[in-house]
Amino acid sequence: MAQAIPAGQKWWSGGKSPFNVEYGKLMMWYFLMSDAFTFGAFLISYGSIRFASNGWPDPNEVFRAFPGMGDTHLPLVFVSLMTFILIMSSVTMVLAVAAGHAGDQKKVTFYMILTIIGGLMFLSCQAWEWTHLHGEGAWWGRNPFPNADGSKASTNFSNFFFTITGFHGFHVFSGVIINCIMLIKNLRGDFAKRGHYLMIEKAGLYWHFVDLVWVFVFTCFYLL
Amino acid sequence: MSSIETTAGHKEPAHFDTKPIWRTFWILLGITMVELVLATIHLKTGFPNKYVLNGMYLILTCAKAFYIIAEFMHLRHEIKNMIMTIAVPALLFVWFIVAFLWDGNSYRELRNRYDQHHADEHLIKVAPEGGESAPAAKKPGSPE
Repeated sequence: MAQAIPAGQKWWSGGKSPFNVEYGKLMMWYFLMSDAFTFGAFLISYGSIRFASNGWPDPNEVFRAFPGMGDTHLPLVFVSLMTFILIMSSVTMVLAVAAGHAGDQKKVTFYMILTIIGGLMFLSCQAWEWTHLHGEGAWWGRNPFPNADGSKASTNFSNFFFTITGFHGFHVFSGVIINCIMLIKNLRGDFAKRGHYLMIEKAGLYWHFVDLVWVFVFTCFYLL
Repeated sequence: MSSIETTAGHKEPAHFDTKPIWRTFWILLGITMVELVLATIHLKTGFPNKYVLNGMYLILTCAKAFYIIAEFMHLRHEIKNMIMTIAVPALLFVWFIVAFLWDGNSYRELRNRYDQHHADEHLIKVAPEGGESAPAAKKPGSPE
């Protein structure tokens, strides 16, 4: 359902944006393309090493803990909660963008605050998970988990896990910082003065990208 | 930016109603729930087969990615030029994934064939298969 455009419109003859998006938004898209290839390279090298290994730890054994539940075997439950939090914060971000389109400064503030809270909740979950795994003896360069078939595993599993979720977590962290800056600018009335909320859209693109990457991290580490 | 015209910022607010947003949210949540149900069924019964299951995961993951990009990032509603400038370079991922997974697999096979020590190492068990009641391998620094 691409935008309706008049027939015979000459996009490349000058005077108008050939992609019909504002410059900063286009550049955000291109940045996200390059970032997608960075994450892609990480995840594909993970896949390549996993294909090159004779055995690999079973994610259902490694990721089975839930805060406050002790040793109860609960595979995937905690990471599903993290996924839900991130999807939810993506929704509040789109709602902030929609509020920006309607020029509703108060609603933008409200939804940006919700988005920031979602981001902080996700980061807290990740901090708990890292602490838990570190307590189990996993860290860069050490891996206490045996392969699914019982043989001894290499350290590749923990190296990739901490590097990739760490890189993603750093993206979430910088996303939260960007969202905080947008919230402050909105509270100061900068966007209302400017007459449009395109900055919220650009921050939103970045935030959805973080969610998008998590979808792949979730599949690659916890499901496959 | 005022000299170059775009239609952004002068859209009718009605164009951006929140109904499709919530619809997308329910789709994403539904797909995630399906993945979890599949994983749970597989853990309890061993059905479906792991390869079939992985195929389903990949399809569902791509579906989620599509909805996030198309609806949340709004790409589906941009003009075609814009969609193509993002979608066409992304096709490189097809080569990227196929080439590198193939390469990893080939390295494993060659190594098992020509490096007997490496192949034998895998036969030494440190934990029972499945690992449900497996004693955790010794943590670094824990007493003997």
